[in-house]
Order: sequence, then C-alpha cells, then structure tokens
Amino acid sequence: MLKIKNLEVSIDNRVILQNFNLEVKPGEVHAIMGPNGTGKSTLANVIAGREGYDVKGEIIYKGKNIMQMPPEERAREGIFLGFQYPVEIPGVSITNFLKTAVNEIRKHKGLEPMPAAEFLAFLNEKKKIVEMQTTLASRSVNQGFSGGEKKKNEIFQMAVIEPTLAVLDETDSGLDIDALRIVANGINKLKNKDNATIVITHYQRLLDYIIPDFVHVLYKGRIVKTGGKELALELEEKGYDWIKEEMGL
Amino acid sequence: MQDNTDKILNDVTQGDYKWGFVTNIETEVIPKGLTEDIVRLISQKKEEPEFMLEFRIKAYRHWLTLKEPQWAHISYPAIDYQDIIYYAAPKKKAQIDSLNEADPELLATFDKLGIPLNEQKVLAGVAVDAVMDSVSVATTFKATLAEKGIIFCSFSEAVKEFPDLIKKYLGSVVPYTDNYFAALNSAVFSDGSFCYIPKGVRCPIELSTYFRINAANTGQFERTLIVAEEGAYVSYMEGCTAPQRDENQLHAAIVEIVAMDNAEVKYSTVQNWYPGDKEGKGGIYNFVTKRGMCKGFRSKISWTQVETGSAVTWKYPGCILLGDESVGEFYSVAVTNNFQQADTGSKMIHLGKRTKSTIISKGISAGKSNNSYRGLVRMTKNALNARNFTQCDSLLLGDKCGAHTFPYIQVNNKSSKISDDQLFYCNQRGINTEQAIALIVNGYAKEVLNKLPMEFAVEAQKLLSISLEGSVG
Ligand SMILES: Nc1ncnc2c1ncn2[C@@H]1O[C@H](COP(=O)(O)OP(=O)(O)O)[C@@H](O)[C@H]1O
Ligand SMILES: [Mg+2]
Repeated sequence: MLKIKNLEVSIDNRVILQNFNLEVKPGEVHAIMGPNGTGKSTLANVIAGREGYDVKGEIIYKGKNIMQMPPEERAREGIFLGFQYPVEIPGVSITNFLKTAVNEIRKHKGLEPMPAAEFLAFLNEKKKIVEMQTTLASRSVNQGFSGGEKKKNEIFQMAVIEPTLAVLDETDSGLDIDALRIVANGINKLKNKDNATIVITHYQRLLDYIIPDFVHVLYKGRIVKTGGKELALELEEKGYDWIKEEMGL
Repeated sequence: MQDNTDKILNDVTQGDYKWGFVTNIETEVIPKGLTEDIVRLISQKKEEPEFMLEFRIKAYRHWLTLKEPQWAHISYPAIDYQDIIYYAAPKKKAQIDSLNEADPELLATFDKLGIPLNEQKVLAGVAVDAVMDSVSVATTFKATLAEKGIIFCSFSEAVKEFPDLIKKYLGSVVPYTDNYFAALNSAVFSDGSFCYIPKGVRCPIELSTYFRINAANTGQFERTLIVAEEGAYVSYMEGCTAPQRDENQLHAAIVEIVAMDNAEVKYSTVQNWYPGDKEGKGGIYNFVTKRGMCKGFRSKISWTQVETGSAVTWKYPGCILLGDESVGEFYSVAVTNNFQQADTGSKMIHLGKRTKSTIISKGISAGKSNNSYRGLVRMTKNALNARNFTQCDSLLLGDKCGAHTFPYIQVNNKSSKISDDQLFYCNQRGINTEQAIALIVNGYAKEVLNKLPMEFAVEAQKLLSISLEGSVG
C-alpha cells in the first residue's frame, strides 16, 4: 500500500530525515518510536504532502508515486493524518467541517453529496466509536477543547473519513488512562484487512492496546532498528540510550 | 442553512463579478452637471409638492458652502460633480399593480439578479421595492401590507401620498447639514423607499429594497426613511449591484430610521456594488449616511451589514440613543480585495439613561486593499449608566493589504491571519485551499452572519467566498 524509498527531507538545508525506507501492506499496523526531535512529525507531514520541505526519494502509495500530489488529493485518496497538535478553527462547526470534507472525498470518488439528515445520523453513529460527548454542531473545530478532546476528535474524524492509510502522530500524548483506552479501542475498531495504520508514539503504553505488527525505532532521521511488538517493551525498559549503544551511535 | 452553506461553497467556482451586465432599456436622462436649475428640474420631473423643492434648494445651497471631506483613510481621484448625470429613469415605468405593463427587459434584469418582481414568484415572506437608477420600478406585496396599515412604497410616491409623514420625518435624523454627501443627496435624491409601521404592528414579512445602478455616468442618490411607531417591529433588508464599467460611479445614499417607544427596527444590508477590476479600474464610490434615532423608551435599532463591493466605501451607520433604555446595535463584516478601500464604522451617541450599544466589526482584507474601522461612542452627561461594548477585529489574507482602526474608545481590537496550520489541516481532510479559506472566513464572520435574515445570510456567505477567491496562493 505504501512504499517509501530513500526518503530524504530537509528544511532550510538542514537534513531532518535521511535514507528512510518503509513498506506498509494492507492490514498491517506499524509503530514508529523515537525520542523528541528525531523527525517523526516531519515524516507524518511529508506523507500527507505538507509543503515547505525539501523532499527527495520516492513515496509510492497504491502503486503510484505521489510526490507531486497536493495534500487535499492525498487525503481524498485515503491518506489520513491524526495531528500531534490539532489546530483550532474558530467559528467553523465540526459538523460543517466534516460535511465539507466528506463531500469533497465523495465527489472525488464520483459520488453525490450525502443528504443532510443521513449525514447527521452517520456522524452520531461514528461518535460512539470514541465515546464523543461533544455536540458537534455547536462547537468549532478544536476550539476550547482539552488536549484529550482534541485527540478524541482526531480519531472521530478518522472514523468518519474511513481512510485507507492512517498516520497517527502521538495520538496518545496528553491522554489520561481512560481516554487512552477509549482512543485505542476506537483505533482498533476501525482496523480491517484492507487498511493500514502507522502509529507514531513516544511511549510504549499505547502499544499495550494497539498491537503492532512492526516496531521501528527512529533516531536522528533514520530507522535504526526494526522488530516485532517486543521491541517496544525492550525499548521502554532499557531506554533510548540502549539503542544508541547497541547501534554504536 | 448548513446545507445551503455547503452548496454555495461548492457552487462558487469563478471569482468574477457576476452582476456586471448592462440592461438595454430605454432610459430618460437629464443633462449632466449640477446647478440649481438641475435641482429644480429633478423636482419637476417628479411632480413634487412645493415643500420638497424648498428642501432640495436649501440643501443644494448648503452643499455649495461645503468641501468634500478628506479625513477618511481612503484616496481616490477627485470627483467631478459636473460630469455626473443626476437623474436617469427607465422610460416605461412599471405600474404599481400591473407588472404586465413593465418593460420586460426590466423584469428580466431583476429576475437575473435573483429578485423576481412577479408576486407569484417572489421569495415567500419578503416584500421588495426595486429601484433602478433613480427611480423605484416596482413594489411587491403592497396590498398585503396595507391591510395591516403598513406603508411600504417608493419615496416619490410617499411624497405625494403621505406628505405629512414625509414633512415630519425627512431630515429629522440626518439633516441636510450633516455632511457633504448628505447635503448632496438631499439636493438631488431621486427615489428610494418609505416604510411606516403603525402603532403596535409587527410587520409579518421582511421588507426589502433592491438598488440597481444601470445607466452609465449616472450617480445614484436614494433615500430610505423608516418610521416604527410605538411597539412596532420591522426587519428591513437592502441589496445592491451595478454593471461592470471602467469609469467610477458615484453612489451617495441616506437612510433614516425613527423608532418610538418599544419599537424595534432591524436593518440589514448586503452591499455588493461593483468593486472595480483586479487592477483597480472602475467601481462604485459609495458614500453613505445611515443613522437611526431611538426616540422612544426601550426602542431598539440594529444595523447588520455585509460589505463586499464598491471601489471606495465611506459609511458609518449609527444610532442616536435618545429614549431611556434604548438599544443600538451594529454588526458588520467588511471585505476588501484587490484595490478596494473601505473606511467604515459605527457611531453610537448615548443621550438617554441606561442606554446600551453593541458594536461588532469584522474586517477581512486581501490583495492590496485597505480596510479601516472608525468608531465613535459618545456618552453624554445625562446618559447615566449607559453601556457600550465594542469588538473590532480583522483578518488579513496575504501581506500587501492593510487593516487600520481609528476608534475613539477602544475595547478590543485584534488582527489575525489565516495560518498555514489551519489551511494544511483543512487540506489534509480533503478540502482545497480556496474552500478552506471560505470556511474559515465564514467562521470568522459567523457572529455577524447569524444576525442576518435567512435569505440574506445565504447570499452573504456566497458573496464572501466569491469576493475572496484567488486571494491566497
Ligand atoms: N518547520 C520547521 N522549521 C525548522 N525546523 C523544523 C521544522 N519542523 C521541524 N523542525 C525540526 O526538525 C526536527 C524534527 O522535528 P519533528 O519532526 O517535529 O520531530 P518529532 O516529531 O520526532 O519530535 C527538529 O529538530 C525540529 O526542530
Ligand atoms: Mg512530533
């Protein structure tokens, strides 16, 4: 589904990611772990097509090189980014925002816009997935949300949009234990054999709930170690210094 | 509503002014220029009673003593007042009750503007007075309104049919001595709407005047007068468009509102005069004096405006809060793009005890435009426990435009930009940048749009997205 080859990303001539390779197949969950500032969010942004980076290499998605594809098209093609810091959009209700998004994606697929009543019912159904209490029509996107609510809202949007490839950037940070469980359960419910998830995380605790098929350790812009779910535990136990020593970095 | 919003945002794909067409219609015009004889000629064309002619002549003579104001934060080439035609009228006039006799071109024009004048087709619940160039061409729903004792007709008609009301209220809120453009309008105004709501009557439908400039080289000088007697209520909407021409055209209007004890008047404007092209050529100069007098106890007047048009806008709707506990409100969204200039704001003069006023002003600037807010809140000695709330902020798109605030009382003033983070967030959900801007701008302006009557809110949202198209990226 996704193949990243020899990716090199720099900002203002400073290299952030280099020699980065990753392959994700349908039905898989990949975890990317690494200390702060190693380039995890940069990777997520580049996959989603954010501008402002100098990008070399190849990103192949569904068999197509998407390096030149604008972010809205990537989104319509099924790439979803759960933001580490979801931005506030004052005055734009969640309902209106998602309706615009969903109808754009439907248009891209050659479908008619969803009728209003049907859409509202659809949203209410999806709210259950992350136990959203928020009244969507009256609240602006992320405005005045607590850290936890923002993260829940990201997964709620993911449930509504039903992406093929979800990249979740530190969706676990800022969540208390109950919220973490709810969010993780939500992500698990959305999983099926045709979609794939990349979970970016700083801590292993999210991986107690979401069992990854692969764990990659990102350090200074490269994947320095790849393993199964046990790697996350090992990392938690021994810390990143262990990786440093192990790899002779 | 929500539904409509989306439809509109989707519908809108072209950024051009859509109302720029010209109607080929036989028009009667008088010679160019402004003299006392011209003023007399206008009055004579309109078969006015003596008192109107006197009013005009006094205003004209006063105007001669004045200089065009220069204090606003706008600049434009000097206006040659002798190069303007002060009266133009479609020749074949629609009769009040039989639109059948109206020029079909004229009806087609208003149809094209989305303002059908045929009562079978009109928007449910909205009575329309249509003004083309200098004269009112049709008023719908008159009979329905008359049953309730409501008068809604063209100004010219009111002068003849209800001279006592006109004599009593004309110039009572905006005297011809008020300012340069008010004096000019008082001398040469050709038509407009008059609306009178008798004691205790709530007007059951929205009243609306639609102004259309069609003829070339003409100025449009209309007057609106609204009187709400004790306990009366009316919601009034004003809309306007003009053909796309390379020359600038002058529009100088006056709106006067009087509200007696416990009366309420809501006045909404969607101003969409031709703004000029992308290089700043052409467009309407819009110099307007709008004022409401809250004369009675607990009377209330609110102004809501969405301004997207005109090359130059100079406009400060306000309220004189004379009655104790009266309330004045001003909600505004002003958008400027390309080379547009706007200097707008509100004046609230508190005279009565426990009077309250609210000013919410939102400026949105793009391109090389300039958008200034100018506010005045005055609390006089007698205005015990009077209160004002002012919130004035602006949204800048790009870095070549400007926003300025000239408040005499400043309560809250912030300037923000649409951030890249917001745009990327929208993009990431499948929403392209233009649409994202429309969403964010509408969200920003929502507080004001929510105050508009339904029919207008939809139109206003559509306008906002159209006028900002191509302003980023
Ligand atoms: N827009 C930017 N401009 C300059 N430097 C940036 C920018 N975004 C990220 N960086 C830098 O790139 C590095 C990686 O950042 P980031 O991808 O956010 O790391 P992580 O998500 O792993 O904490 C950091 O050193 C950060 O300072
Ligand atoms: Mg990060």
